[in-house]
Amino acid sequence: MDCSECGNRPATVYFTKITNGSKTEMHLCEVCAKEKGELLGTTPNGFSINSLLAGILNFESQGIPVSAPQTLRCNTCGLTFNQFSQIGRFGCSDCYQAFEPRLDPLLRRIHGGTTHTGKIPARSGGVIQKRREIDQLRHQLNDRIQKEKFEEAASLRDQIRALESELGGSPNVSE
Amino acid sequence: MSVSDFLKHTTATWMKEDGPESDIVISTRIRVARNLSASPFPVLATENMAQEVLSKVTNAVMSDEFAALGKFEVLKIGEIGNIDREALVEKHLISRNLVEDSRVGAVAMRSDEVVSIMINEEDHLRIQVLYPGFQLEDGWNLATAVDDALEQRLEYAFDEKRGYLTACPTNVGTGIRASVMMHLPGLVHTNQIGRILSAISQVGLVVRGIYGEGSDAIGNLFQISNQLTLGQSEADIIENLAVVAGQIIAHERTARKQLVMENRDSIEDRVCRSFGILANARKIDSKETMQRLSDVRLGIDLGMIQGVSANILKELMVITRPGFLQKYAGVELAPQERDWRRASLIRERLQIDR
Repeated sequence: MDCSECGNRPATVYFTKITNGSKTEMHLCEVCAKEKGELLGTTPNGFSINSLLAGILNFESQGIPVSAPQTLRCNTCGLTFNQFSQIGRFGCSDCYQAFEPRLDPLLRRIHGGTTHTGKIPARSGGVIQKRREIDQLRHQLNDRIQKEKFEEAASLRDQIRALESELGGSPNVSE
Repeated sequence: MSVSDFLKHTTATWMKEDGPESDIVISTRIRVARNLSASPFPVLATENMAQEVLSKVTNAVMSDEFAALGKFEVLKIGEIGNIDREALVEKHLISRNLVEDSRVGAVAMRSDEVVSIMINEEDHLRIQVLYPGFQLEDGWNLATAVDDALEQRLEYAFDEKRGYLTACPTNVGTGIRASVMMHLPGLVHTNQIGRILSAISQVGLVVRGIYGEGSDAIGNLFQISNQLTLGQSEADIIENLAVVAGQIIAHERTARKQLVMENRDSIEDRVCRSFGILANARKIDSKETMQRLSDVRLGIDLGMIQGVSANILKELMVITRPGFLQKYAGVELAPQERDWRRASLIRERLQIDR
């Protein structure tokens, strides 16, 4: 049997992973097994968060057909997605934009969620804060319309319009 | 210098003062990761870029907005001696990572050592608040105020969808890591700790030994922190940890009562023996020190040992570590010498109270 990772060399290492009761088997050659060594727990230094992340990212690119091209690259710092998946660290804040097509599954695995709902920078985040308020008001608006509370709905609509005009007229829309 | 003078001048607020639930919760830490938008993360930064980050942050810390938050001093890691650096790590004010891996690493330290801002660690900024006892909410309030004051002068890397952008995807979003260090001898001696720790890991929290990732829990000390940083608000993260920690406190109190009711004599024997060893040993290693200190602290909390300050656990767990021992000795000590010095330092400390 050939190595399921490179397909070139004969597989000599068998690796079984059990997640929520479902079993995945990998047959690897020694070279690929060594690359994945940390993940398999065979290195003396054990298990670092980097190798764990690298593991998550590598599993990502296996089996499942890869929709995004392999050559995602951050134009600001030059880091490629493959390098990122090896070191488990971004090189700069623009990497998040550059690797965007592949981030959702990764973040979901790590955090469960993919979208920030916490603090917004106090000084520079004013626009974002307003957009969040508008979203919340729209939510309430739909609710009132469904419940046929049209007077409340009208007042919510006015609030939304006021916020939207503030946003439109705001000269310092960030980024 | 006498031990009491040494303690007065070298220890941090969390080691000297008490806080809420101090019989079980040793300290509360809030750490917030932030990065500047225009510069690559420290791992890819050149010396010049890192230097620029340091000077931007230094300007922000020295600005008028910041003065209201207390008196800060910026210390460059490269300019601190080896032993003093080690002592800062042992006090939990900076990370080992900052000492060993950082390029142009520095720390902005408040004079009471409650707030420390690491610069050019894994992220450009790691804001840390370290309080004695159980003070998660106050800790977050102070950390967010420091964050706001920095942001007055600095452009943060922030994305509407992903939140605060960090070098490691495990910190993105809120960038917050909240943790409480707890002394849980009751749960350990009643064999309930395993069950509790596995329950903790099922609610999005992690347990570590006292010196961070990878270290075992020695001296019955456990650090419990949030694992997830994206998708929940800071308030939710803090509240979740506070609720779980509150339950652990209640369980620990029950376990201690149970110990006293069912095993009073053997517990008393154990804590008094450990006191005898600490008060008389001539040579002791750090692992045994931590175990004995845990016993003595339990004895103090249960009223079995009197006339000894409950603070000795916090003080001695830090000042008996290698950096502090050498700082007190004033010279570098070989590992085998430290065990003798450690025993003598402990004896001197115990004599202050007696």
